[in-house]
Amino acid sequence: MSDTHEETIAFVRESEIPAAPPPERQAGAIRWVRDNLFSTWFNAIVTLVALYVIWWLLSGLIPWIVNGTWEGSSVLECREILQGETGGCFSVLRERWSQLLFGFQYPPSLHWRPTLAFALLFVAVPPALFFKLPRWMLVFTAVYPFLAYWLIWGGTIITPVFAAIGLVVGYLVFVRVEKRSFMLGLFAALVAATVVWWFGGVIADEFSRVARLRPVASRAMGGFMLNMILGIVCVSLSLPLGILLALGRQSRLPVVKGFCVIFIEFIRGVPLITLLFVANVILAFFLPPGTNFDLILRVIIMITLFASAYIAEVIRGGLAALPKGQYEAGDSLGLNYAQSMRLIILPQALKISIPGIVNVAVGLFKDTTLVSVISMYDLVGIIRGSILASTAWSGIYWELWVAACAMFFVVCYGISQYSQWLERQLRTDHR
Amino acid sequence: MTMTDTNPSGMKVSDEIAIEIRNMNKWYGQFHVLRDIDLTVRQGERIVVCGPSGSGKSTLIRCINALEEHQQGSIVVDGVPLSSDIKNIDRIRSEVGMCFQHFNLFPHLTILENCTLAPIWVRKVPKREAEETAMYFLEKVKIPDQARKYPGQLSGGQQQRVAIARSLCMRPRIMLFDEPTSALDPEMIKEVLDTMIQLAEEGMTMICVTHEMGFARQVANRVIFMDAGQIVEQNEPEAFFKNPQNERTKLFLSQILGH
Repeated sequence: MSDTHEETIAFVRESEIPAAPPPERQAGAIRWVRDNLFSTWFNAIVTLVALYVIWWLLSGLIPWIVNGTWEGSSVLECREILQGETGGCFSVLRERWSQLLFGFQYPPSLHWRPTLAFALLFVAVPPALFFKLPRWMLVFTAVYPFLAYWLIWGGTIITPVFAAIGLVVGYLVFVRVEKRSFMLGLFAALVAATVVWWFGGVIADEFSRVARLRPVASRAMGGFMLNMILGIVCVSLSLPLGILLALGRQSRLPVVKGFCVIFIEFIRGVPLITLLFVANVILAFFLPPGTNFDLILRVIIMITLFASAYIAEVIRGGLAALPKGQYEAGDSLGLNYAQSMRLIILPQALKISIPGIVNVAVGLFKDTTLVSVISMYDLVGIIRGSILASTAWSGIYWELWVAACAMFFVVCYGISQYSQWLERQLRTDHR
Repeated sequence: MTMTDTNPSGMKVSDEIAIEIRNMNKWYGQFHVLRDIDLTVRQGERIVVCGPSGSGKSTLIRCINALEEHQQGSIVVDGVPLSSDIKNIDRIRSEVGMCFQHFNLFPHLTILENCTLAPIWVRKVPKREAEETAMYFLEKVKIPDQARKYPGQLSGGQQQRVAIARSLCMRPRIMLFDEPTSALDPEMIKEVLDTMIQLAEEGMTMICVTHEMGFARQVANRVIFMDAGQIVEQNEPEAFFKNPQNERTKLFLSQILGH
């Protein structure tokens, strides 16, 4: 050991070192470019190649967009206007815009109804997504599904009103009876709701002119509207169902657990498209002839079941990630199962599962285009089956598919941004 | 073995029985974790359970509020027999507070919400009143100013004190402590022990699994030594530490006190 070291080994600090700000970043654009883009000869080459690729893409894309024409009512007129120059034939979007949105069978004079329903969506959804909004706004969120149904499908308002009343009555009965037995409560609620619905059906037939909008059949639904209907309904139904399945899979009761496991494994093992064919053909085959079991309803059921199985597995991952101590802490405070799930376990498990749930939701929304295979005219169906098949617009692939991609992208990117915002909001662990 | 009704610090113990465990046995699969446990705890008594790791001490107190199931024998807590009846279990759990080694605070709730959750949902106390109670107990554990923070923002010692306050908000008749200081930095052990001592002085019935022998000396009426799933020795702290009878107790004490 050296002498100097011996001298320094005894040390007493006499003054505190004041906290200082970190050294200022050596800023400047040129410095940044040199550090990040041209730091080594390899990086420089990669940068140059990337720049070339970007230039190449843009040099194709920009003229296509800028030169593109919105005039003309067929592909031939389009070509005439363009006169051999590069350019998109966007006139197809202008001319068929309402078909892309609503399908070709929805009466054009009634397009204001789904448009209004869509506008009201922006009032109904925010209270459910942003918890800082006042809670009373959720009342409209609860009313919205029935209102939207009435607007889009039309008919007398009595039908959706009784559908809502049936749910409320069922819930009230459940709360009353559930104290005695959970299963009895479920059963009683189902009976009560069915009675109300049946009664509502009778009244709706009797007074079918009360607050009546011109009815539109499910077959007439199409375009992006159909994708939105299926996407929104299926996501909002499959989330609660997925939670129940995930909890059921953890259950100590062998029957519940067994059912959930078999359901999840079966649904996950089957392609969605086969389920859609089942919904389209086979369900109708089993139902007694003459029963009016709506095709969209059948498709909604199938997609919901499909998505809920995936969501259940995502949430199961979230449940498994929670330390056992959280369950024990809830138990030791005397919370019962429902309370500790609702107040302690699920808020945390769902928070962990947000990326996975959003992943499933986005996937589900895009998978709604599969209904085009069972001859429903959603956005993809209308482009393939109606617009491209027409003599006026055959061969206009790029413009239509880019437009379809853009419409889906806007929605999916919105969902993704929301989920990232939500994750930041819910972060309380300060890791 | 002799039992006195007061311990050195003069704290009162009533004749009322808080917990009565008779011939309790528990197995994990084939493994016999708890063997013929007999234990009577009276209201106001403070018991320290110690023993080597794996001796079953945590399992024992976790059986008392049915976090673990026992397979044989009986446990009666505050006059309520612990059976598989979920109603009895929930009743016992709301009367018995528990603190864990890893605190187990709810990370998604603020300190105040952690403390008011169970009173509001289990005891159906109005929110305002529950918050007042919570603030009272948070003041008692000396962290009222942290009420609006989240558990992740607090130190380990503070978190454990919040956990104690959270249990106290349910106004339990019995408190169980499962190695409350084992996961703490040495600097923070004292603040938690001070809180527990304060609680003991107020006459709370307590069972503590801990290796803090100073704490045992200061507040315990009885020290229980467990090994291999059995109660090997129990005595007043003075006699237990000065004059252990069993060979295993002697070995254990020499190991933990010998450094």
